Amino acid sequence: MSALTGSPFLQGTAERAERAARALRLWITAGPGLVWIVIFLILPSAILLAIGFFSIGNYGNPHLPLTLEPFREVAGYSILGWSPDNIETILRSLLQAISAAILTILLAYPVVFFIVAQPVALRPLLLLFVILPSWTNQVVRTYAWMELLGPGSALSHLAQTLGFIPPHLGLMPGVFAMQIGLTYNYLPYMVVPLYAAAEKLDWTLVEAGRDLYASGTKLFWSAVFPQTIPGLLSGIILVAIPAFGDYVVPTLLGGGKSMMIGSLIASQFLDTPNWPYGAALTIFMLVFTCGGLIVFRVMSKRLGTSEGSMI
Amino acid sequence: MPGTTDRGGITLEGISRVFGGGIVAVDQIDLAIRPGEFFTLLGPSGCGKTTLLRMIAGFETPDSGRIVISGREMQTVPPHRRAVNTVFQSYALFPHLNVAENIGFGLRMRGIARAERKFRTDQIMALLQIDDFATRNPAQLSGGQRQRVALARALVNEPEVVLLDEPLSALDAKLRAELQVELMRMQKRLGMTFIFVTHDQQEALVMSDRIAVMERGRLLQVGPVLDVYEQPRSVFVAEFLGLSNIWPITPAPGNTADTPLGRLTIVTPIGNERTAMIRPEKIWIYNDTAAPLDRPNIFRGTVREAIYMGASTQYRVELHDGSIVLALDTNNQAAERSWQPGEAVALEIKPENIILIDG
Repeated sequence: MSALTGSPFLQGTAERAERAARALRLWITAGPGLVWIVIFLILPSAILLAIGFFSIGNYGNPHLPLTLEPFREVAGYSILGWSPDNIETILRSLLQAISAAILTILLAYPVVFFIVAQPVALRPLLLLFVILPSWTNQVVRTYAWMELLGPGSALSHLAQTLGFIPPHLGLMPGVFAMQIGLTYNYLPYMVVPLYAAAEKLDWTLVEAGRDLYASGTKLFWSAVFPQTIPGLLSGIILVAIPAFGDYVVPTLLGGGKSMMIGSLIASQFLDTPNWPYGAALTIFMLVFTCGGLIVFRVMSKRLGTSEGSMI
Repeated sequence: MPGTTDRGGITLEGISRVFGGGIVAVDQIDLAIRPGEFFTLLGPSGCGKTTLLRMIAGFETPDSGRIVISGREMQTVPPHRRAVNTVFQSYALFPHLNVAENIGFGLRMRGIARAERKFRTDQIMALLQIDDFATRNPAQLSGGQRQRVALARALVNEPEVVLLDEPLSALDAKLRAELQVELMRMQKRLGMTFIFVTHDQQEALVMSDRIAVMERGRLLQVGPVLDVYEQPRSVFVAEFLGLSNIWPITPAPGNTADTPLGRLTIVTPIGNERTAMIRPEKIWIYNDTAAPLDRPNIFRGTVREAIYMGASTQYRVELHDGSIVLALDTNNQAAERSWQPGEAVALEIKPENIILIDG
């Protein structure tokens, strides 16, 4: 080994060049995605956060001076004193999201295991039937439900005849219609991850369960259900988060009586403009959702099944 | 007659299973397995041995025939109501349960109280030397450890019959040999009936009390290991179980038969048999100059291949007429009793070692 090649100076330059090349590769591969995230996620969120600290102008627009008023308003304080309206709205939205998740789970399990029981060649087609409606516009699909559940519809007539609702009223608008709309719209987002889990289900574990005296529901809970947990957790996230902030369904099917957080935010920008309040609500919802995700992640880690799920 | 006498005994009568597309997996099988026996179903892959095992476990229902376990008719009884437990080829341990929970699963499903469950689980884990892993997950175990857990999970239920579906096939040779011996000991100690499925003839020879050789859904031969090896009744059994030399024969005068090697002296005149078989280890090999020419069935030839296998050497000898004979010689002799390719040797085929096979 000559003194020259071993000199710290030359070694240093080689290392530097290597490091620079690595950095360049990193920027070329990760760069475009990073730019996208900065422009379409970080920047808008930062602008919203900033707007949340402004006062309201004459047209609801953000105006100086800076203030904490919008965030106080999120917490329920206004010039009229504290009101539980916002907390109720958030809880109501949360409840809607949770029940949408539960209903989609209850519907998705039979659907998924029906598909998995079919010949392999047929499965993609059946899955497509589940996904296909979600390729059309959500507003259009929700309008269709308005027709189906409206006062003059056959379903409403049936409900009137059976005495579930007073005459001349429809199944829509209301919480019931809203729940149907959410469940219908988000069902594919539960079916797909659950299907992915069910398709690669290890059936010898089910046989082992039967061999070891398990049957019926015991067999399901001990040998089938644990294997579907990763898919289930992904599905819950895919359904509950968008259902929590959904705007179209509560607006079209919910009617005015029960405000949801998505509608509350939208009205701050569209109906009676109050941009700073709307921005503060949005930021709150973002933080709330992230917090929920963290709790969910910790819980699913404790279940020991977070592998393979998308959280 | 549901008595204690037949506890662990299995009788199969006319069992058939036909899969979609008319594939006959199991074809009219009659078989009686004795209580406390280590019984092996041996055959190539696709011979129906696993399907037969799955019908005994209850995972498959036979299309016809009767399955009687411990004196009770079982062919339509679901698996969870059979006093039979399976050790699966892939082990099928529950990934979300730890070792102790896996082993206690069957007891828990049967509603056995926690204290007794723990007692029995601890006991079987100690017996199989897996008590150090009680709280680990299956993913954290080696193949051999998983195998022990799978075995413990079946044995802890004290079933009348344990079914083992090629449980050692995923392990390396040394571990497999260890576990073979351990399985045998465990079976003798607990006195349960073991039905073991394998395609590995060596494994079958080592462990079994009796074996059944299967091919294309049928039982070709059932019997004690020694009988099946020494007295194969078909060419398939002879070839599947160990090495063999097989020649077609035609009757010749007296106690002789004509073979491609030449005239062969046998013990008694042949009847309907049309095939002669002899195991390579039953052929004596001599230096060409030392051939005992006063004895019958001496054939001279040249060593073409000598495969040294440690304890023994396997020779491929080409006779003068071009036919090939396999001979096996133990290496317990002095060095001069080993031959290299190209050397001239003489082979002795003793008449009493020749097995005649029908057809």
